[in-house]
Amino acid sequence: MSATSLLAIVLILSLIGYLWGRASAASLKSTGQGMHSIPAYHGYFIALSCGIPAFLLVLVWLAAQSTVIDTLLIAGLPAHITDGVETSRMSLILSEIKSIAGGRIFGTPDPALIAAAERYNALRGTASLAMVVAALAVAIAAMSFARSRVSPEFRARNRVDGILRWILIVCSILAILTTLGIILSLVIESMAFFSRVSVFDFLFGMEWSPQIAMRADQVGSSGAFGAVPVFWGTIFISAIAMFVALPVGLFSAIYLVEYADKRVRSFVKPLLEILAGIPTIVYGFFAILTVAPFIRDLGTSMGLSVASNSALAAGGVMGIMLIPFISSFADDAISAVPQSMRDGAYALGATKAETVRQVLLPAALPGIVGGVLLAVSRAIGETMIVVMAAGLMAKLTANPLEGVTTVTVQIVTLLIGDTEFDSPKTLAAFGLGLVLFITTLALNIVALQVVKRYRERYE
Amino acid sequence: MSDTTQQPARKERNAWFEADARLKRRHLADKRLRAYGIAAIVFALGMLATLVGTILVTAAPAVTQTMVTFEVEVPEGSVDPANPSGGSYQTMLNASIARIFPDVDTPRELRELRQLFSNGGQYQLRDKILANPSLIGGTVSITFPLSDIGDQLHKGVIDRNLPPDFRRVNDAQIAWYDVLVERGQISTPLNWGLILNADSRFPELAGLRGALVGSFYALLVCFLVSFPVGIAAAVYLEEFAPKNRLTDLIEVNINNLAAVPSIVFGLLGLAVFLNFFGMPRSAPIVGGLVLSLMTLPTIIIATRAALKAVPPSIREAAIGVGASKMQTVGHHVLPLAMPGILTGTIIGLAQALGETAPLLLIGMNAFITAAPDSMFNPSTALPTQIYIWADSPERGFTSRTSAAIIVLLGFLVCMNAIAIYMRKRFERRW
Repeated sequence: MSATSLLAIVLILSLIGYLWGRASAASLKSTGQGMHSIPAYHGYFIALSCGIPAFLLVLVWLAAQSTVIDTLLIAGLPAHITDGVETSRMSLILSEIKSIAGGRIFGTPDPALIAAAERYNALRGTASLAMVVAALAVAIAAMSFARSRVSPEFRARNRVDGILRWILIVCSILAILTTLGIILSLVIESMAFFSRVSVFDFLFGMEWSPQIAMRADQVGSSGAFGAVPVFWGTIFISAIAMFVALPVGLFSAIYLVEYADKRVRSFVKPLLEILAGIPTIVYGFFAILTVAPFIRDLGTSMGLSVASNSALAAGGVMGIMLIPFISSFADDAISAVPQSMRDGAYALGATKAETVRQVLLPAALPGIVGGVLLAVSRAIGETMIVVMAAGLMAKLTANPLEGVTTVTVQIVTLLIGDTEFDSPKTLAAFGLGLVLFITTLALNIVALQVVKRYRERYE
Repeated sequence: MSDTTQQPARKERNAWFEADARLKRRHLADKRLRAYGIAAIVFALGMLATLVGTILVTAAPAVTQTMVTFEVEVPEGSVDPANPSGGSYQTMLNASIARIFPDVDTPRELRELRQLFSNGGQYQLRDKILANPSLIGGTVSITFPLSDIGDQLHKGVIDRNLPPDFRRVNDAQIAWYDVLVERGQISTPLNWGLILNADSRFPELAGLRGALVGSFYALLVCFLVSFPVGIAAAVYLEEFAPKNRLTDLIEVNINNLAAVPSIVFGLLGLAVFLNFFGMPRSAPIVGGLVLSLMTLPTIIIATRAALKAVPPSIREAAIGVGASKMQTVGHHVLPLAMPGILTGTIIGLAQALGETAPLLLIGMNAFITAAPDSMFNPSTALPTQIYIWADSPERGFTSRTSAAIIVLLGFLVCMNAIAIYMRKRFERRW
């Protein structure tokens, strides 16, 4: 029986529990006793007490099952297979056993492996049977226990409210768990990486070529995991993006808030926001389809040599993506400046431009800076545009017509199609991910602080 | 004398001129700022128009598919009725092609001739025979796509007036193609294959079915997880949570999660779901779970805003007639906030639909030629399929990629339109 149908059965049991509890409470009520809670709450109580433990049991079981079975399987293998085998080889053996167990046999495997495959199938059968039995036993036991609580004095509503409250708390803690999961997975994998490549070499090394280090004799000692060129590429492309997005976003916000009449504003603002709603993969395709060839042709016609994956194309398109970010943040910040400050400036004879430059922009600056910081964090973490339009070669160059690579590009190229978890190549991706996470987190926190402080000024 | 009286006047006039000039300068600066603003907006909207325009233009050839129709003889005995899938259908197809071009006989010419046709024809023939074995011994009419180069020749993407070295078809192939056109065997129906076929190495056979099904499953999982959990979390934070360090921590966390780069969620999915829990690689369920973690902050933030908008008087009235806090929320506050919550959810799901990077990391960019049967089977999703096609060197994939992007954008527009409609229709102001 699959886990899905088991969960469905648990759900049905809960429904039965609900009906049962409601019916028995209703029959108690019909005898004229004063009930603390209405019958439906007795029903809910039984349904929850029956469903939740069984549901949790199934989840935990599913999570633990494969690890437990693998451990049992390895423990049961004869010595001539397991002796002196590393973990990576072990996982290969395990997957071979599993594919034999699934009926996909290549060549003539070791008879011990075939035996192990049979044992694997048997273990899996036992495990799923045990899961069904355990889950149903828990559900039924909990149901009958909860049923025995039904009585006129029983405060079913308070109990149900309490249980629901706990569910709500668990759900909101999931946000913390997600963050914790991100940090733990990044840190653990990065530790594995930094045990082979020193942190210093990674952060300050000037040469990045993870592919060369794939050769067994070079692991960790080649020094090819110096991430400075990769960091530089990220900074460079983000800078180009901000170079496009900042003036365009800022000027359009100023125009929309201070100059445009209401009709234009209500028409243009949503159009600008469409730019933020377009998936980044579309921007990436736009970059390689239109922008990169355009820049290359333009450069060639001026006698410049332009790489087909130039930083300019990737950064420029990313800048277009960021325009609505900047403009909506600047828009909010400028709109939030009190009208009295504008009126004061006009009363002194200032033109609109002078009001904007000398009164509104300084007053709105914290909000704008917050928006810009968030946009920078967006640019650093942006993946698809650069994966498609930027280069793969890590290069330390300040020429926007050459190709550079970025942190996110490297993460994707290092991890695509690779499942081994113990080559420094895949682990390096997690090291880069950790740097990326810390950088964007710091930027976000600073940005939120800046925006928050700004908000306090006028409210 | 006159000098002394005129001097101040001139000075005054000079001052007046200077002020005038300064005023002009200041107004000019004002006009400049205005012009910069207009230029910025024109640039941004122009880029939007260019983006949509180029994608529409490149997608246009993929709206139709050039097909060729052949009458194929299936001689008695060539196919074993007991085992019809074992027949050599390509040979029969080749025979009927050779009947139209009897003078093509050198191996090289034959190969070039066959380059005009997709190799999907034999499968179509096989499927027809499989469906109806009584056709054996008769003639079967099949309509199947021309190959990538044939398709582009027909649509004029390949310019036949170029010298032969500069185009991807040679003169003989053009001549054969013209014969087929003359005989009325070429047709260009709407390209349903783009939606109905699964992925393929050959552009003329590649379609989005697997990607659409995969995206559907992933979004389903994403919705099933993030919708209830998001509402629960928001209800707790907005209605129940005491003001303490834990709730502060949760709030900071949610705000930060909303700004974590999507690729980091991909790393999380890879390390936790695939590596630690041993979930299947490339499966929509993993994709959906990763996307749900990303959508969660969006839904929580939207739900909290919607809950905030419900006036306290509703809660007080419910409490006043004896409802518990939970009943108040469940019976009154949540239903009233539901339109806002659903709007936020749809917007969150629309973002999730376009998300690519985390799906790449959990392997949803695999090459899979069949739509997944369940959410546990390997599959692609719409954005990752776009990525795969955009990376493919065949020219025919360019227009297919653009067409796939239009399908994706179409879904996004629909979802956002529904969200806007719901906001307009059901939004209540107190």
